[in-house]
Amino acid sequence: MADFIRDNINKDGIDRRGFLQCMAWAGTGVLYSLHGGILKSLPLMQGAASGMDMAKMKGADFSFIQISDSHIGFSKEANPDVTATLQIAVDRINSAAAPPDFLLHTGDISQLSKPSEFDTAEQVLKGAKASRIFYVPGEHDVLTDNGQQYLDRFGKNTKGNGWYSFDHKGAHFIGLVNVMDLKAGGLGSLGPDQLKWLQDDVRDLKSSTPVIVFAHIPLWTVYPDWGWGTDDSEHALGYLKRFGSVSVLNGHIHQIMQKVEGNVTFHTALSTAFPQPAPGTAPSPGPMKVPADQLRSVLGISHVNFVQGSHSLAIVDSTLA
Amino acid sequence: MKRNKWMIGSAAILATAFALAAGARPNPALASSEIPASGATIKIDNFSFGPATITIPAGSTVTWTNSDDVPHVVSSDDNKMFKSKALDTDDHFSFTFTKPGTYNYYCAIHPKMTAKIVVQ
Repeated sequence: MADFIRDNINKDGIDRRGFLQCMAWAGTGVLYSLHGGILKSLPLMQGAASGMDMAKMKGADFSFIQISDSHIGFSKEANPDVTATLQIAVDRINSAAAPPDFLLHTGDISQLSKPSEFDTAEQVLKGAKASRIFYVPGEHDVLTDNGQQYLDRFGKNTKGNGWYSFDHKGAHFIGLVNVMDLKAGGLGSLGPDQLKWLQDDVRDLKSSTPVIVFAHIPLWTVYPDWGWGTDDSEHALGYLKRFGSVSVLNGHIHQIMQKVEGNVTFHTALSTAFPQPAPGTAPSPGPMKVPADQLRSVLGISHVNFVQGSHSLAIVDSTLA
Repeated sequence: MKRNKWMIGSAAILATAFALAAGARPNPALASSEIPASGATIKIDNFSFGPATITIPAGSTVTWTNSDDVPHVVSSDDNKMFKSKALDTDDHFSFTFTKPGTYNYYCAIHPKMTAKIVVQ
């Protein structure tokens, strides 16, 4: 499982009080625990204490699950049945003893923005034991009508192309859209309207408020040659600089990556559909082909545990194996 | 390079000769090393346009074919002159260039993919 963690993990220990202990929420995974902006990770042992539920981790106030890149409609190698693997992900969510407060879907719900693909995704996700699912679009979800269909289905009561924020048990959540109006030669883009909105949105928040930002394309530059970054994310992060705890959750690259920069932790989730190669290890970022019996070990979901007051956020990436 | 061109040229002539001998109509694409005025093709493969630059006479139609496992959107840089729908695997998109000029284009959902058409 160590293969899933790619460098950039800051090992300078500062405050690890109340370090969360939990082994194996759903078989395999990696436990990330964040304390005061410092991240520590340890591999989870397969099958160990599998009955333990992340939501019952010591001191945890609430938990939610990030699900990403379900690509309903994709039917090629290495996954001819992405609906089945999304269903497995939902089954995993439902197998937790305590349901998460909600789900975050970080985009690429569909492969081609087809109504039938959105229908299937909604049908499967409806089966998840979660009171609500919050979405942000991926570029695959806005291929028609400039994203209007996405807004009608998943982005009601949002601003602009689908951005919004909400508060939950003392934490401030911000869903951003960085897959629209992309410029030739560039990366993902938030655009001036959204940046202005973001600046206003966080203006009156106390700096002690934990902030969780989620968007499809990574908000830090993972690998520009493959477009894995967002051109104007610096501005967004600038508005969030004064906050003591900022977590950024992204999808798009179909693999787990993690980076800590000051008080900001960046994390990308696995896909529920197909894996993509590590940066620069293939001619292009296209779907990675893996043997059928290994597919589920490279797909997964992220279970995020929030601990109020101690600025800690624990992310467990569980595969579907 | 010159020698290779000559060999390809003579092979084309030979093929035409065989085709004629067999009673078939000559294929203009085989008979000429120039891109025919009627059309040019660009393959989208591994998140890139190939060839990245092509030169065509005014009035030519360019056809893009997506050979990737992921969709792409062929769009002029200004998003106005031409823009395809999302092209799934093996889907095509064609556009006819009537006026001379250099036309830069990209994939609207993978903007790192850029290329250009030179119309003479």
